[in-house]
Amino acid sequence: MPDIHFLVVEDSPTMRQLISFALKRVHGSKIIEASDGIDALKKLSTAKFDLILTDINMPIMDGLKLVSLIRGNDQYREIPIIIITTEGAEEDRKKGLALGANAYLSKPIQTAELLKLVSSLVKK
Amino acid sequence: MDQKDGKDGFNHIKNKAEEFLQVFRKGEEFTQEVLKENEKLRFKVVQLEEENRMIRTSGPGNLKPLQDKVAVLEEENRRLMERYREVEMENKDFAEKYIEVEMENNNLANLYVASYQLHSTLDFGEAVKTVLEIIMNLVGAERFAVMLMDEKTNVLTAVATEGIPIEDMPAVPIGEGRIGSVALSGDSFFEEDISSVPGDDLQNPIVCIPLQIKEHVIGVIVIYKLLLQKPSFTDVDYELFSMLAGHAATAIFSSKLYSQSERKLVTIQSFLELMKDKPAGE
Repeated sequence: MPDIHFLVVEDSPTMRQLISFALKRVHGSKIIEASDGIDALKKLSTAKFDLILTDINMPIMDGLKLVSLIRGNDQYREIPIIIITTEGAEEDRKKGLALGANAYLSKPIQTAELLKLVSSLVKK
Repeated sequence: MDQKDGKDGFNHIKNKAEEFLQVFRKGEEFTQEVLKENEKLRFKVVQLEEENRMIRTSGPGNLKPLQDKVAVLEEENRRLMERYREVEMENKDFAEKYIEVEMENNNLANLYVASYQLHSTLDFGEAVKTVLEIIMNLVGAERFAVMLMDEKTNVLTAVATEGIPIEDMPAVPIGEGRIGSVALSGDSFFEEDISSVPGDDLQNPIVCIPLQIKEHVIGVIVIYKLLLQKPSFTDVDYELFSMLAGHAATAIFSSKLYSQSERKLVTIQSFLELMKDKPAGE
């Protein structure tokens, strides 16, 4: 079974660890962590990512900007993206999905729900 | 004329005789067919009588093994149906257990990560920030604060807030109001119906968690409002609150002590440097 590469973009170390902890249950998972949008863009070239999970509210570059930059890039535009955020309002969800995110998950997250989403978006 | 009449009469009789003969022949053919049919029916009757006799002679004695086999198969079928129902019930139980284990796993992961992060730093600011992250991301709170007790004045003041300007937070003497009472008693407070609370009364939070090291309360975590998507508390929230009460207290307290000792060390080192640099006899 081939490796599945995840990029977890979160400024909170607690949330980064919690998401990574959940993703480790996916067989063959390889997890790279980034603490903001700029850090994520730098790390995008380090592997062929199968899924990006990003927060919205982050310093330096927020998650929405990151999603729009990835969707505007020919090399990375096909990578599925899940937004994981405390912003639970419907307009926030619509905004995230309109920018090109594949799914939108509100915090606090449930591992089972996250893994279900991950398996639906990762084709391997 | 008489001769002609005689000839006609003869022909008439002849025709009649022909007709009679034809009718007679048809009657003969019909009789033959009836006789054949009768023969067939008699044969059939004999056959049926023979079959009937055979059935009667083979009777219940020959049917018994078959009837017994049917009974055994019916019993087997009944037992299989019963086992199927049992397995179905077991499956249902396993499915429910699996969901419970998944939930427990999720809860333990939350508690592990929260505890790990709380004890991963000796920096006071980082320890407090971790407490905020846990309350915001793992519990799902929107407006909350961490208040610490001034040991000299016994007054609680906010050291970090989320969703509220820190200067808006009241200073609460121990024993006063909801927050002060929790600091005095060391017992957590949870508002029964959080849906009816607007969350803007800073004296009356929906949750107060005392930060305790053994019996000694060093502060209180106060929550005023949950996130939009979080209508109520879950079991793991209470586990997290319980964990925060102890672990956050020790993490904050030890990091505070460490920061103070670090500061003191720098002061002493600077003092020693000063002593060393000072020329002898001065």
